Amino acid sequence: MQAKAKLYPKEAARLLREKPGVREAVTGATLHFEEGRKKAYGEIDAEALRERAKRVKDHLLTHLDHYLELAEKRLRENGVQVHWAEDPLDAHRILREVAVRHGVKRAVKAKSMLTEELGVNPLLESLGVEVFETDLGEYLIQLLGEPPSHIVGPAIHLALSDIQRLFHQRFGTPLDAPPEALAAVARKVLRDAFLTAELGISGANFLVAETGTLVLMENEGNIRLSTSLPKVHVAFVGIEKLLPRLADLALFLPLTARAATGQRLSTYVSLIQGPAKEGEEGPEEVHVVLVDHGRTALLHDPEAWEVLRCLRCGACLNACPVFRQTGGHPYGYVYSGPIGAVLDPGLLGLEEAYPLPYASTLCGACYEACPVKIPIPKLLLTWRHRAVERGLAPTWEKGAMRVFQMVMENPALYRLFSKALRGLPLPQHLLPLLRAWTEGRGPLKPSPRPFHELWKELEEEDGR
Amino acid sequence: MRVALFITCLADQFYAEAGVAAVRLLRALGVEVDFPKGQTCCGQPAFNAGHWNEARALAQRTIDIFQEYPYVVLPSGSCASMVKNHYPELLPGDGEALGLSEKVYELSQFLVRVLGVEKLGNGLQGKKVAYHHGCHALRELGVREEPLRLLQNAGAEVLPWEAAEECCGFGGLFSVKLPEVSLAMADRKLSTLPQADVLTSTDAGCLLHLSGRMGKQGKNLRVVPLATLLWEAYAG
Repeated sequence: MQAKAKLYPKEAARLLREKPGVREAVTGATLHFEEGRKKAYGEIDAEALRERAKRVKDHLLTHLDHYLELAEKRLRENGVQVHWAEDPLDAHRILREVAVRHGVKRAVKAKSMLTEELGVNPLLESLGVEVFETDLGEYLIQLLGEPPSHIVGPAIHLALSDIQRLFHQRFGTPLDAPPEALAAVARKVLRDAFLTAELGISGANFLVAETGTLVLMENEGNIRLSTSLPKVHVAFVGIEKLLPRLADLALFLPLTARAATGQRLSTYVSLIQGPAKEGEEGPEEVHVVLVDHGRTALLHDPEAWEVLRCLRCGACLNACPVFRQTGGHPYGYVYSGPIGAVLDPGLLGLEEAYPLPYASTLCGACYEACPVKIPIPKLLLTWRHRAVERGLAPTWEKGAMRVFQMVMENPALYRLFSKALRGLPLPQHLLPLLRAWTEGRGPLKPSPRPFHELWKELEEEDGR
Repeated sequence: MRVALFITCLADQFYAEAGVAAVRLLRALGVEVDFPKGQTCCGQPAFNAGHWNEARALAQRTIDIFQEYPYVVLPSGSCASMVKNHYPELLPGDGEALGLSEKVYELSQFLVRVLGVEKLGNGLQGKKVAYHHGCHALRELGVREEPLRLLQNAGAEVLPWEAAEECCGFGGLFSVKLPEVSLAMADRKLSTLPQADVLTSTDAGCLLHLSGRMGKQGKNLRVVPLATLLWEAYAG
């Protein structure tokens, strides 16, 4: 996917101005998810389980070479064809080869953020392959030609009326068709695709190294169909998505479901152990593409690597009051919200993603929600610090900070500033920084006298 | 007991009365209060925006000014957290930064945890209070119950508020770097505000932002820092 992260501040402002409905839809849906998570965390010793999950992931990441080798070995033993992709070009080459060899005309896709990252859909389309997103939300945004707005709920930014209008235009359903009727239409289209597609594409929630098992969580059943009906299944897996042991699933499946949607377990969990054997039904070929695309470099970054623990549950997006105002689109890349703000600079380079670490008030709700305790606020601060060190901060900000330091380091100057604040009325509308504040909140009104002046009287009061 | 008041720059300039209230309250509880000269800002705005050199210089100053005191009390959760949690990160290996970190308290936290005060008086009888949890007080300092308990024990009705623990959208420089998002967050927070007599919080920045926004929308609600209400709780 083409990154437009640089545009974040402008795009966020534009969205709030032009599409107020998005804010309403996203706030409603994320609050609902967030309520579910809080309730679901409340039923367990969330603190202890999050700590355990963090440790398992840290072990995995600090021994990643070993587990990748083990996973490859087990996958091959299971009859899976394993590929390695450094970057999207590698991934494209691998997929193109498979698609051409099998004369693929139709592909069904299970929702996957990694395939968004790699641009799998445009590639397949360029090969003349008809691609169907089969997750209902993902299907909607495919019809609209939009990227996902949320890691778990790709169409979270749409209101029912948006979908009614879309289906009216595409399928001629009435403008007031109820959700059930719309789902029935999508189901009919997608059922036909499942039965006729030669290729099924998925991501993976986890890949268990010990057993070479692909693990997929979902609620709609479309992933199970996408990975079992077509004769070929290609799964794209980020190298950080491994788990050491099968037994780890007992921790990670319920924890991820609770974090993501407040469920105790997702409705469907598929454990895929290779292609169909004699007498079984299922794909003849299963391919696993292990994708790096910047992850190894990030792993070797001593201050930023912790982001790789991420399970892509979206809990931090739901908890984030900044994300709630706009949804994911203004962030300009696949991964939005708090996790995007600390992952995208690592994957895209800080120059490309500069504004994203500033898309937060550092309120810390994301850290509280994260099932693997990624210290997102700390990582945000790290990326901000680096941005300043690399000279990416705008000139006005650098200037303002220098003046700020000068005034605050010098009590005499500070007192002078204090007097100026109460002296002649400040031309607040003329100073850009102040204007950004006053436009939405009115002029700043300092106390008649600052405390450091009042202190003298307080001292006397004490003496009395 | 001797305590240094760190007023913080924002409260000094915009909520001076809260400083007066804090001093009177602490004195009434038998605490000797000093106001060390030369104090200005803890450096948080620079630190949060990534300008660590500027922040480091201010942290160093603050440490020099306050290190001799056994306790440092701030009427601000956010600045207290800056000194407590971020000074040691900003100045790794600096013993004095760590030393100061251990002595820093937000006002209500100091009253409850150090002084063991549970009840200040009955001065808030019948008052309906909306309490905004400043994010850093809540999540970085762990100040959740202390202010509520002190308010309730003084007779205030702390109103249930759906978004009480939600960020107001201030975020220091965030409010001017992303003004539209910041305002949208304030509006969401305020849209759930219950019918209260007064809105309060540990943090001056949040209050400045929320009261400014309410003023702009023509809403008229008394907005005061927690220190002010706690003094009212004591003095009536």
